[in-house]
Amino acid sequence: MELDAALLSRLQFAFTVSFHILFPSVTIGLATFIAVWEGLWLKTRNPVYLQLAKFWIKPFAITFGMGVVSGIVLSYEFGTNFSEFSRITGAVLGPLMAYEVLTAFFLEAGFLGVMLFGWQRVSERMHFFSTCVVALGTWISAFWIIVANSWMQTPAGYEIVDGVFQVASWPEVIFNPSMPYRLAHMLLAALITGTFVVAGVCAYYLLRRKYQPMARKGFSMALWFALVLTPLQAFVGDLHGLNVKEHQPIKLAAMEGIWPETETGAPLLLFALPSKEDETNHFEIAIPHLASLILTHELEGELQGLKSVPPEDRPPVAVVFFSFRIMVGLGVLMIAVALYGLWLRRGGRLYSSPLLLRVCTLLTPAGVVATVAGWYVVEVGRQPWLVNGLVRTMDVVSPLPAERVLFSLTMFVITYSLLLAVYLYFMRKLIRKGPPDFASLPEQLIGTHAPGYALAWVKQLDAHEKVH
Amino acid sequence: MELGFFYFLLLGFAILMYVVLDGFDLGLGILYPWFDDESQRDHMMRSISHVWDGNETWLVFGGVVLFAAFPVAYGAILSTLYVPIMIMLIALIFRGVAFEYRFKSHRSKPWWDKAFAIGSSVAAFCQGLMLGSLVQGVDADAIDGSSLNWLSPFSVLTAFSVMAGYALLASCYLAMKSRGEIRDRAARLGRRLVVAVMIAMALVSLWTLIEAPEIRARWFDGYHLLLLSPLPLLSLGAGWLLFKDLGGKQHEQRPFFLAVALFVLGFAGLVVGLFPYLVPRQLTFMQALAPASSLEFLLPGVLIFVPLICAYTLWGYRIFSGKVEDFEEGY
Repeated sequence: MELDAALLSRLQFAFTVSFHILFPSVTIGLATFIAVWEGLWLKTRNPVYLQLAKFWIKPFAITFGMGVVSGIVLSYEFGTNFSEFSRITGAVLGPLMAYEVLTAFFLEAGFLGVMLFGWQRVSERMHFFSTCVVALGTWISAFWIIVANSWMQTPAGYEIVDGVFQVASWPEVIFNPSMPYRLAHMLLAALITGTFVVAGVCAYYLLRRKYQPMARKGFSMALWFALVLTPLQAFVGDLHGLNVKEHQPIKLAAMEGIWPETETGAPLLLFALPSKEDETNHFEIAIPHLASLILTHELEGELQGLKSVPPEDRPPVAVVFFSFRIMVGLGVLMIAVALYGLWLRRGGRLYSSPLLLRVCTLLTPAGVVATVAGWYVVEVGRQPWLVNGLVRTMDVVSPLPAERVLFSLTMFVITYSLLLAVYLYFMRKLIRKGPPDFASLPEQLIGTHAPGYALAWVKQLDAHEKVH
Repeated sequence: MELGFFYFLLLGFAILMYVVLDGFDLGLGILYPWFDDESQRDHMMRSISHVWDGNETWLVFGGVVLFAAFPVAYGAILSTLYVPIMIMLIALIFRGVAFEYRFKSHRSKPWWDKAFAIGSSVAAFCQGLMLGSLVQGVDADAIDGSSLNWLSPFSVLTAFSVMAGYALLASCYLAMKSRGEIRDRAARLGRRLVVAVMIAMALVSLWTLIEAPEIRARWFDGYHLLLLSPLPLLSLGAGWLLFKDLGGKQHEQRPFFLAVALFVLGFAGLVVGLFPYLVPRQLTFMQALAPASSLEFLLPGVLIFVPLICAYTLWGYRIFSGKVEDFEEGY
């Protein structure tokens, strides 16, 4: 079989970007949680909050590290594998990415050192400030990358001169039609992801009756967060869907599995096997009229279908269709868990219901999976376009020999598989080890006047004198 | 034109910052084999675990400045240097995660030591290969399966030179951040590395002067040599002073800054030879320049945030200034 360099480049980008998104989707939420806990500790002096912050900072740190190293790859892959794309869209996307580095990456990196290693090298307030800045940095970073991505989904504010994109209006580029919806959807997704990671680990401790005060506090907070965030996410997701219908109707057709040129009173498909060859679905399980009702607010509303465009302009339907169902399915499950938690609270059974605790433990990665599935809907659903309706992905790949791309793809697959295994191993190790106990609290305190630092100094001096 | 030149300078600044900052922490990986005791290695890792991430951000910044201001060059250079870039990225991954996992591991610690040492060395080597290929001028049109345009005797020489330079920065950094045996060993290694780096700089300079007539012309036409002579003379002076400093103990920080000065001078020499090309003889920075609307949009961001970044980066270094204390466990 002849190797196709373009296909390999696309595979490699899909693989490396999928791997990368796992980590930021966790760290955005976790950073925010840690900042909240540290703030609550400073305000209330309840040691449980310090314990939460100190415990979660470790999983946060390794997750952040994984995000950094896998992110650097992406910033170079545009050039290495999509040189033609960089040439024609560099004037639009380059400055957006440059702003991301200037306003977010440096900020995160600059204050992360203090956040992780400066507990007793700066004052309490300064440390809290650093934690907040790191959390803020993750949000800013998400903002810019969503702007760049949304522009590729719903390009605006550009003009094409000699086949190269130039910017006519930066406000239009930044506030392109899908950006606000995608940004809200992604930030909520990241917060929910963090929420369920925290809830899952705390539920695991509660089931094993370990670290009770911390696990209770963490679990309760996480479920309150979930109660607010998950229904809000459903609402924002619906708005986002309407935006897709307006600007990317073919993507929406793939999400809903609608084949005819137009369909009135389209059903909501709970399950189906979309067939590219037959241009129809098999084994449909559907709720009549519901898709039309949700998307047009009318029972007989009309939706555009896949056959309204030639086959070469359609995305890979099955991937989009199933990813969308995985995302929505998990979303519904998460809402149900949040509501069930509220129900259990009334009888004071929140911490003792084995069902809820087990489900929450199982749902630890639910947010991550839903987020990745959502991104598959977004990105695969945009195909065959790289810049929607304007630039085809296949046309802008670097003219590289296939062997080279195969070589790098193989290296990435090996490296990333290894890293994922290592990451999960160390996460498990950290979770099993649990938080620092209350007895060591004096050494855990924050600030230059914390006794921990001084204690360590004295110990070191003693050891030093014994040697000499 | 002015804006183009500004971004050319910004790109140079980003690369220089990267080379100096990540230089010393990659260099520690190169020096790793000379420190075989576990506590010494703990100490080395601890001296940079709070800054490596920020240092590597300059690499991303250099990349996006190239992408934003010179999109044509970004695509052309990166796809031409595909293999060394990919190997560098993978190497950076291994040495980067070593920071996170090494301190949390027991049995697997030797593996993370290897990941850090080999990853850092390979990344530095690849950066040297890229430098050499760029200086020689890669042929962007000759992309085919067999072409190894990034591998030549010259690029191998620059690769080892870059490794030696990073190791020199690292030995000066380590001497500044440690006491006792580690300091002494770092200083001893540093003295040898000064000699190696001076020889490497001389070889690379002579090679380019002999091979590239236009660079020769730039140095020797008219009064050029007179104007440019401070570069080699200052390099010699800095090298000599550095060699002397590392022999004694009266200067804590000066060796590190002298090593940085050597890098700045070497980099200036490179720019003198290359200007105004991004790809020698093929692509000037003006030819690769992005449209004005993009350059103007990014300008306020650069003017506001780059000074701010420098300020808080410096603040971060000051918080952790002085010797590394072995009891500091971090988070």
